[in-house]
Amino acid sequence: MALFSLTVHEAQDLLRRKEVSPKEIVEALIRRIEQVDGTIHGFLSFDPERALEEAEQADISLPLGGIPIAIKDVVSVKGHPCGCASKILQGYVAPYDATVIERLRAAGAIPFGRTNMDEFAMGSSTENSAFGPSTNPWDPERTPGGSSGGSAAVVAADEALAALGSDTGGSIRQPAALCGCVGVKPTYGRVSRYGLVAFASSLDQIGPLTKDVRDAALLMNVISGVDPCDSTALDEPVPDYTADLEKGVKNLTLGLPKEYFIKGLDPQVEEAVRAAVARYEKLGAKIVDISLPHTEYALSTYYIIAPAEASANLARFDGVRYGYRAEGITGLLDHYGKTREEGFGQEVKRRIILGTYALSSGYYDAYYLRAQKVRTLIRRDFDEAFAKVDAILCPTSPTPAFKLGERTGDPLQMYLADIFTLAANMAGICGISIPCGFADVEGKKLPIGLQILGKALNEATMFRVASAYEQSTEWHRARPGLGQVKSDR
Amino acid sequence: MNATKFDVRYMAELARIKLTAAEIATFESQLGHVLEHVEKLNQLDVSAVEPTAHSFPIYNIFREDKTRPGLDREAALANAPRQAQGLFIVTKVVE
Repeated sequence: MALFSLTVHEAQDLLRRKEVSPKEIVEALIRRIEQVDGTIHGFLSFDPERALEEAEQADISLPLGGIPIAIKDVVSVKGHPCGCASKILQGYVAPYDATVIERLRAAGAIPFGRTNMDEFAMGSSTENSAFGPSTNPWDPERTPGGSSGGSAAVVAADEALAALGSDTGGSIRQPAALCGCVGVKPTYGRVSRYGLVAFASSLDQIGPLTKDVRDAALLMNVISGVDPCDSTALDEPVPDYTADLEKGVKNLTLGLPKEYFIKGLDPQVEEAVRAAVARYEKLGAKIVDISLPHTEYALSTYYIIAPAEASANLARFDGVRYGYRAEGITGLLDHYGKTREEGFGQEVKRRIILGTYALSSGYYDAYYLRAQKVRTLIRRDFDEAFAKVDAILCPTSPTPAFKLGERTGDPLQMYLADIFTLAANMAGICGISIPCGFADVEGKKLPIGLQILGKALNEATMFRVASAYEQSTEWHRARPGLGQVKSDR
Repeated sequence: MNATKFDVRYMAELARIKLTAAEIATFESQLGHVLEHVEKLNQLDVSAVEPTAHSFPIYNIFREDKTRPGLDREAALANAPRQAQGLFIVTKVVE
């Protein structure tokens, strides 16, 4: 087995037995990137020398000692570029570490490369990146999903052992589903957002994208917890998320929300998810039908709240303190107007304008406040559901990966890609996507994701449910046939 | 809610983003569709519902009132598009 195809826990075993060194793992990943990233374009940049240097000094006795982790271009790593795949932040170098990076470093991990994304995490396909889209390792004509599409693609293509992404409406789980890896959106407040470039502050969470559930739990063990630099980070104990992975699902009750099996759900996705549900029943779980009646309002609610918060957050890009500044300016308004015209891409402009409208005088109550009230109804749906069930099973994405260019002309069509993931962000609960099969589309095998939603702060049960399925299937071991090379060990 | 009142030009002005005439036309139609979709929210009676600003409302979060090191001047200025003598250069605001 090639070193680049290892999971984090497999790499840890080899490192601790001194069978490989962190440097050898980093070298294998560098070769792999050179080999396949021309096709995948999952990385915006990476610094091989620095990674090798850090690998030589890695302390493998630490929880993630010597493990390289790819980082979405929206999380600050001191001394690394942090450009959010935007022209307005081209050349920006982060002056400090995000809290999650401090924690990864303290655990011995090596931040490794900057992964591509939709500009400022706005999008579902990476096609909004100012530096060109990433491709799906299972079919390079298709998108890896987004916005953390680069992170999902590099994990699926074995260019990284694991990655961090951010999820505001599905931006970790949807690309994980489309690329066939594992992606976690933690409970809101579980992980500090300090050092994450803000998109929609009441929805954003950082989370892991990995090759299996154990790896996701290992990363969550490290990045979770309270932080004096983020007042929304919850002061709740962080359990060992790997503790319950082997416990199985006997005596657990899993809910099947009828609102997630609707028209527009791809038949092959539905079949795979229903087969997964049947598998859970076989594994001893009790399956019950539930209803989340306000599901159909989640998309509308999201597309008021997220752009509104984004329009406020992105006001900071003024061409003064950092980032791009337009040339040939005639005055202050011209300075702002031109800098932001030339610096932001189309989707970012669209959302800033929509958000400005939703917050503008006379419309605030009709849009933003109303959306926040509907958000309460969505949250209550989940409260009621979790009074009856331990976790919820549903599809992650209504379709497998779509083709590059297929949806770029129609924003609303693109927004529908997140229709099953948004509600978890609105309600603040946790969710995970795990591989549950493949669709045959035009002669290609495209991954399908099963989404498991857990109660707020109950990541442990979510991981337990995910692990039980994973251990009874082989989907997570499948790899795209991309650039298959002989082992370099 | 009335999507027909949606004035992209004015919103762009408020948001301090210059747009081309073509962008204004495209956004008007695209965002018009999004707002039509959002009209759906009017179907719900929310008169008795409290808004959710954050899913976990937590209050009075303070850290210890102790000075701690922040970015030094050089680091804070390192990403500035224009700077001189340890200061940001801003576009002239007064006549």
